[in-house]
Amino acid sequence: MALLEAAALHASYGQTRVLHGIDFSMEEGTITTLLGANGAGKTTTLRALCGMVRTEGAISFGGERIERRATEDIVRLGIAHVPDGRGTFVNLSTEENLRLGAYTRKDRDAVEADLERMYGYFPRLKERRAQQAGTLSGGEQQMLAVSRALMLRPKLMLLDEPSFGLAPLIVKELFAILRTVNEKERVSMLVVEQNAAMALDLADHAYLIETGRVVLSGSATEIKSNDAVRRSYLGY
Amino acid sequence: MDAFLHQVLAGLATGGIYASVALALVMIYQATHLVNFAQGELAMFSTYIAWSLINAGMPYWGAFFLTVGFSFVLGVVIERVVIRPVENSPVLAVVVVFIALLVILNSITGWIYSYTIKTFPSPFPEQPLFGNKFMSSHEIGAIGVTLVVLLLLYAFFRFTPLGLAMRAAAQNPESSRLVGIRVGWMLALGWGLAAAIGSVAGMMVAPIVFLDPNMMGGVLLYAFAAALVGGIDNPAGAVFGGFLVGVLENVLGAFVIGNELKLAVALVLIIGVLTVRPSGFFGRVHVTRV
Repeated sequence: MALLEAAALHASYGQTRVLHGIDFSMEEGTITTLLGANGAGKTTTLRALCGMVRTEGAISFGGERIERRATEDIVRLGIAHVPDGRGTFVNLSTEENLRLGAYTRKDRDAVEADLERMYGYFPRLKERRAQQAGTLSGGEQQMLAVSRALMLRPKLMLLDEPSFGLAPLIVKELFAILRTVNEKERVSMLVVEQNAAMALDLADHAYLIETGRVVLSGSATEIKSNDAVRRSYLGY
Repeated sequence: MDAFLHQVLAGLATGGIYASVALALVMIYQATHLVNFAQGELAMFSTYIAWSLINAGMPYWGAFFLTVGFSFVLGVVIERVVIRPVENSPVLAVVVVFIALLVILNSITGWIYSYTIKTFPSPFPEQPLFGNKFMSSHEIGAIGVTLVVLLLLYAFFRFTPLGLAMRAAAQNPESSRLVGIRVGWMLALGWGLAAAIGSVAGMMVAPIVFLDPNMMGGVLLYAFAAALVGGIDNPAGAVFGGFLVGVLENVLGAFVIGNELKLAVALVLIIGVLTVRPSGFFGRVHVTRV
């Protein structure tokens, strides 16, 4: 059974329809990527999955229908969203940001242990633990956003352009950690990326979205070798 | 010199009350970016509840804590029932709702309790404490109660997960939802807390200004000046502003402009701060990129 499945997913902002019936599914423990140009509807798809935009169609997570649920309740099912723009609580400290990620958890001791685990993944965050999160660099804020999502101990992570605005070296570091988390903790991931090459290296499966529709799907290796994708998104 | 010291200390006592109301204003402002004009009337209404309880024979502190609890619930209910439906309305609509609340609470209280002035008891002894000649025991007690409230609030927001969630919800509602915080309820809790703080301020000021439906009008104005002086988005600044306004009002009223013009101090401060330094002494300057 698929972990996450969307069928005929439509979404609109006011009168403007952005998704025109997207179908996709992903298995537990895998990394899936959504590729597409600006305005294709990648971010909206992620927002639709956690109830942040008005949607039609069906979304099921672990066999449960979730398309009518509130964002706060979807989080409680184990879906962590690293949003577009990182969603940092800029006036709170780094550590407070991390603790908020575990807001719905009741196992206090395990939360403390996870905090240290995050500092292990990202030692930079430990150095900045008491610092106001808004003063962190872009790369540090992205690390913070990923760690905050991990603090939920999610089953599924939705990552919206984790590489956005980061130096290539930091992107590499971040993606390596995402891979570790996926392999060691079996966290499934749905990654939206403009950096198609990086995303396809990370992912098992890929969907190509154009103007609110899925136009191509398959394993990451298949998509990588597709001529049209190579020309338009990989640039060689 | 003695007279001056006396005025300063008395100013600190009322300043603590302004600080509490200013803090209530700041709490609502941080979450909604609006000034709750009904904050004072809520406190006044709570004080009347306390008066009824005491008159019914309840001991002072019993009535005090029951009133604080009642005010908390009242604040939550008002947010859920009255404010929630206009949450996404234009600013002016919400302001009109605030003013309507102010008028309604004022009239209901007048209707139930009449507009005649009543005395409200102080829980502190009539003899000055420690034989000092500068401050009445009520003034010392009021400062003490204010400080306890401020400390409790500080500890709540600083050290508890719920306090952290409330701060997060006020700052960044969207990200808060994404970590599972029920933002709507945090707003309601904020209203509850603000109403509870206001009720303490009301019960502390009532023995000084006497109990009548319009007793909080002046206090709200001073509190507003205090919040602005400190920076409307800075809780610590609001507390500082409260004490400063209290002292200024008392000293200027006694020695410079006379008691009749005291309220003008608040108005001058409001206009002065808004024209010279709109973000207050400690507030953040907001810059919007267009």
